Amino acid sequence: MATITLEHITKRFGKVTALKDMSFEVQDGEFFCILGPPGAGKTTTLRTIIGLEIPDEGNIFIDGKRVNNIHPSKRDIAMIFQNLALYPDKTVFENIASPLRRMDLEEEEVDSKVRTVAKQLRIDWLLDKTPGQLSGGERQRVAIGRAIVRKPKAYLMDEPLANLDALLRLEMRVGLKELQTSLRDTFVYVTHDQVEALSMADRIAILDRGSLQQIGSPEEVYYRPENMFVAGILGNPSMNFISSSLSQQNGDLLIRHDSFIAVVEKKGLGEVLKNKVKDNAQIIFGVRPEDISIFFAKPVGVSIPAEIYVTEPLGNKTIVDIKLGNEVIKAVTRTSFTGKPEQKVWITLKDSKLHLFDQKSGVCVVHSDEKTPLKILTQRSRT
Amino acid sequence: MAYIKLDRLTKRFGKQTAVSELSLEIKENDFVALLGPSGCGKTTTMNMISGLLNPDSGKVYFDGREMNEVPPGRRGVGFVFQNYAVFTHMTAYDNIACGLKVKKVDRNEIERQVMTFAKLMKIDHLLRLNAGNLSINDMQKVALARTLVTKPRILLLDEPLSNLDAALRNVMRAELKRIHLELGQTTIYVTHDQVEAMSLADKIAVMNFAVLQQFDTPEEVYLRPKNLFVANFIGSPTMNFLQGTYRNGEILLKDFPDGRITLSSRNRSQVDGLLRHERVTVGIRPEHLEVVDREKTSALTATVVSYEPLGSETIVYLKTPGGGENILKSIMDSDYRTELNTRKGLKFEESNLYLFDDETTELVMKF
Repeated sequence: MATITLEHITKRFGKVTALKDMSFEVQDGEFFCILGPPGAGKTTTLRTIIGLEIPDEGNIFIDGKRVNNIHPSKRDIAMIFQNLALYPDKTVFENIASPLRRMDLEEEEVDSKVRTVAKQLRIDWLLDKTPGQLSGGERQRVAIGRAIVRKPKAYLMDEPLANLDALLRLEMRVGLKELQTSLRDTFVYVTHDQVEALSMADRIAILDRGSLQQIGSPEEVYYRPENMFVAGILGNPSMNFISSSLSQQNGDLLIRHDSFIAVVEKKGLGEVLKNKVKDNAQIIFGVRPEDISIFFAKPVGVSIPAEIYVTEPLGNKTIVDIKLGNEVIKAVTRTSFTGKPEQKVWITLKDSKLHLFDQKSGVCVVHSDEKTPLKILTQRSRT
Repeated sequence: MAYIKLDRLTKRFGKQTAVSELSLEIKENDFVALLGPSGCGKTTTMNMISGLLNPDSGKVYFDGREMNEVPPGRRGVGFVFQNYAVFTHMTAYDNIACGLKVKKVDRNEIERQVMTFAKLMKIDHLLRLNAGNLSINDMQKVALARTLVTKPRILLLDEPLSNLDAALRNVMRAELKRIHLELGQTTIYVTHDQVEAMSLADKIAVMNFAVLQQFDTPEEVYLRPKNLFVANFIGSPTMNFLQGTYRNGEILLKDFPDGRITLSSRNRSQVDGLLRHERVTVGIRPEHLEVVDREKTSALTATVVSYEPLGSETIVYLKTPGGGENILKSIMDSDYRTELNTRKGLKFEESNLYLFDDETTELVMKF
């Protein structure tokens, strides 16, 4: 049980700034994920929290107490690494018991603690084996058991599932979330896998090149990404970015693309947009693959003419790559899809799920939603 | 362009059988994926097609002609590997041109060909750059163009996308498919990733422990998996499996002490005719299993242990009342939310169930 606070943390390695002015607070009992590509500063953040790195600037607090100068072993935080670092020659029992051996406990107490934890993780029948005799998932659970047994204030995990195969990863994802829910302890979990972050976290911090991009619940970061980086890292296939430009006509705001013109209603979105971007600005239109519908015949209402590039059937859904002007965008359909490459189609975009980004800064200027939809009011004919 | 026939290919390494009695017929212009977990024999199969390995028994035919004695260089196959092995000190142009230079093709013709394939790969603006300075994605495109430009009869791709990050992999998958559409080369693609096999291939050969499990179109492999291995390997999240006993039109389920599945009379008579053993496994895909309030269904209930809001969908995980390790998965709409540890009803259509014989692991029927 612990609150972890990072306050304006900066960390440099030579000329490289690994963390830039990083501030966030992990709440007590929270499953907190740090998501980013390799080199984003995720592991450095973890190492700074535990005390393996000393920040060049800024402060770290655990439960309100500044710990910058406190030795890692005194911070009472457990860390689980990708390579589990189990003792290969010791039994599962002794591996789990190892942190207790330093505590001067009665043998009976050690025994009961180890067995309780082993039962909780469903590895109690493996206590006499050595790590070499276990499967990947079981070894993972031993490493977790060794961390849990000493009841630390918080757990830090660095891509603990990255070495497991896909099936096992899925199983462990569910298991870890279940464990955290039952322990109600603070988990800080580092990953480059957006599925892990979305599926387990209460809140996600997204990092890119040492700076914090956004913090929020899975829903917040997925549905209301603050910039193109966040929008692009979440979802699979990821959000489509369509280049277009903004202009004014008779007081209306128009977003122009080769294949369509979106007219932004003056009230609501129009006001916001006008204040945030200059006239004739380059705008990136963001739309997720699941928010695109495809029609073989022109539907009633406004739709955008396009052409199928290729189709990728996945069994329970099909990814349809669509040629829109000179760009290829991806749409996902739930059912089996009968369209063929080079077939002409019409697409519609869900007007409550669109995002507009400033091309220069990548910052999101507007999210549309149910109250303020972004309606595409005209189309351009096929050329 | 060529059609390929593999006739009872077997390859052993010491005591280990890497490929056992493999027979396949690959039609001209088809894109075939060899899919399976590591060690299943897929790369060994590809190496026997290219001639890098000789089979211990069995024959390889291209266009009806036996290839066993033909050296790799004369078989007219082109390779692209996971590590693209481009010449980093040469320009992208020279990399792509090198295969043609070896063949002593006329200079103007080389330039025309290189430009054609560079355009196809969308790397024509990068041709003057050193290949070592390109992104990994573009390097892989150079490697692909370098192979395609020599117009091999057969294109062999060994996990060519697995070094790319997820976003680039998505883009390259679509590009590869489009290129195949335009060039129509007979292509064999080795992968352990069922998503790549499903999305790219005309037909998938699923292998496990050196043995071919099924050879079918992606749709067939997904809709009618021949056995439990294929059913479990294809699809994400994986199919749910429930072990049980079939008796008199009813399936008693191990994980549901109070629940059972009662078959309609039409399906019952079919199962009675087809099933040899009474121990069965029922399969149902996560997208066909719906989580509903308990009152809405009479039959099976389970307890929610976790759910994952993935943005485009929500996956719900449930524990069965039997108390076993089996966790069921259900794909629900993206806005589905529920309390943990609540008991829910499970709803599904009989027509979406699969029935496997537990002893043979074979599919008995898809309802």
